[in-house]
Amino acid sequence: MLTRTVQVLAQAAWTPTAAAPRPAPALLAANERRRAPQAVLMALQAAEAAGAGAAVDLGSVATVFASAHGDLAIVDALCRTLADEPLLLSPLRFHHSVHNAASGYFAIGARNREASTAVAAGPWSFGAGWLEAAGQCAAEQRPVLLVGCDTAAPDGPLQSVNDSREALAVALLLAPPGAGGRGVRWQLQPGRFTPPPGNPMAAALGAAPAARLDVPLSAQLGLVIDVEAEGDRESGPA
Amino acid sequence: MPRLIASTLASAHGLGLDALAAALAANQSALQPNDSPDWPLATAVGRVAELEHQPWPADWQAWDSRATRLAWLGLQGDGFADAVLRARQRHGAARVGLVIGSSASTIGASESAYRQLAADGGFASAQRQPRLHTPHALADFVQQALGLQGPALTVSTACSSGAKALAVGERWLRLQLADAVVVGGIDALSGSLLYGFNALGLLDPQPCRPFDAARRGISIGEAAAYTLLVRDDEAAAGPDEDAVQLLGYGERSDAHHMSSPHPQGLGAEQALDAALARAGLDSAAAIDFVSLHGTGTAANDEVEAALLARRYAGSVHASATKGLSGHTMGAAGLLQALVCVLALQRGLLAGSGPTAAPDPAFGAAFAERWKARPAQRRIRRAASHAFGFGGNNCVLVFGC
Repeated sequence: MLTRTVQVLAQAAWTPTAAAPRPAPALLAANERRRAPQAVLMALQAAEAAGAGAAVDLGSVATVFASAHGDLAIVDALCRTLADEPLLLSPLRFHHSVHNAASGYFAIGARNREASTAVAAGPWSFGAGWLEAAGQCAAEQRPVLLVGCDTAAPDGPLQSVNDSREALAVALLLAPPGAGGRGVRWQLQPGRFTPPPGNPMAAALGAAPAARLDVPLSAQLGLVIDVEAEGDRESGPA
Repeated sequence: MPRLIASTLASAHGLGLDALAAALAANQSALQPNDSPDWPLATAVGRVAELEHQPWPADWQAWDSRATRLAWLGLQGDGFADAVLRARQRHGAARVGLVIGSSASTIGASESAYRQLAADGGFASAQRQPRLHTPHALADFVQQALGLQGPALTVSTACSSGAKALAVGERWLRLQLADAVVVGGIDALSGSLLYGFNALGLLDPQPCRPFDAARRGISIGEAAAYTLLVRDDEAAAGPDEDAVQLLGYGERSDAHHMSSPHPQGLGAEQALDAALARAGLDSAAAIDFVSLHGTGTAANDEVEAALLARRYAGSVHASATKGLSGHTMGAAGLLQALVCVLALQRGLLAGSGPTAAPDPAFGAAFAERWKARPAQRRIRRAASHAFGFGGNNCVLVFGC
């Protein structure tokens, strides 16, 4: 299978703590920060952190937002309202429920008019986001911001069908070879995979400074991602 | 750029391309008053008749929902499943990819589960299916139904989803990640969509009338549309050399508002520019037929009417089919792609259904380009607009 290379210019992750349960990304105006769903806040916080100090302007990159489930608290509230008092569904909640909510808020906040997509692939969603972002990077030879975010299933009915119990957002700023950063080789690899449990974005966290990651895309297909060691940095000493 | 070598759909017009073509040729709207007991709202819907009463394969019991039924029904038209099987045999299952564009996926199944929870507060046992209650469920189901093992992805960017799924398929082929890609656009009626658009005040109580002065909003429809995409050199070597070609696509963001379009249509126009550039066309004057997004909302139609008048030639045949099929949400971009396929392959240029005359506020240049009635004529190039919540825009260009 064909191997492709991208450069990782920057990376960031965000997960809630007792001290900071809800992020406050500067990309959102104060009134939007108050009302935005947690998944939107987390995704924008991670995006902002990856963009800080990177040589690429967040207003000019293509973006890929990956999430298995979107914001589960929003899904829960939507389904409850529809079951109890459907006419009370709020317009705000409805537009917060679209899978590309973070993509839309990011575009507004970063004044980014480039291509933006929102993708899902169940438990395989981080790999799917990588495939779409690294794929666009290779196909269009331009930087792509990949943001992955999944939330915890809230107490209640969704926990009977969803085993995500923690919230996690990750962001990777990818660029074609020649842009500096750390080189990463990737390719498709057929195999046998079982769905990773819990938050689907946890698959992103295995990347040690030099490591090979096997990220599943489905029960029959995976991605092999080879992270080059620091010494292999394209912009580093020969 | 790749070719669309097999296509089909299930919509309110029935199963298969011939059913869609017959409705377009007759300018016959499939919108009916909404009579669903689950969603008692005074509006019109483009509903697939008897979907809930179709025989459902026993093997797929865990997957039963309105949206998966729609996805399954769509696969039965036009020998599409056989065309996919041939691609699988030729290239191997691991080399056939799948991209599904869907806005709401199986949310209707989750809504229904919330209406009949088990004693422990969780979903009832028959509905306790983790793979069904997730945005990727339709792609997961179709991948199994077609026996595909290549990359599989759900694109969910509201009403541009189905159009953008074609762009993903093109990139996978170009990067050799797959040798054939099944691209689908699927959305079924659900409470979220009906009550959501009702909450926004965007449901027309009558069948929707895009670009009419009396337009009052959208009518929601449902559809499962599919096409099989292969590289041009692959198609040229076989019997598919005359298949419609995806010449270009453009994806751009408004960066303006979550549920209203940019007032000057900036993202939409940039998406058009990007699609033309990719297709190697100097201007939108090269487009003979355009399938407009045309939802029937005050804001969308105003912005899109100005874009049409500003950029397309006076001779273009422009129409909006959402008054015929309903707004099929994430499926709309792919349904309109198939409207373009019919225009290019059969010379059938769709009309605009219930809209009798365009809003005079849009001016003479719009009125010259916009067509109420269908026409029959050979054309070379067609375009399609799909704009979604979040300010997510996608324009497609096709040729033959």
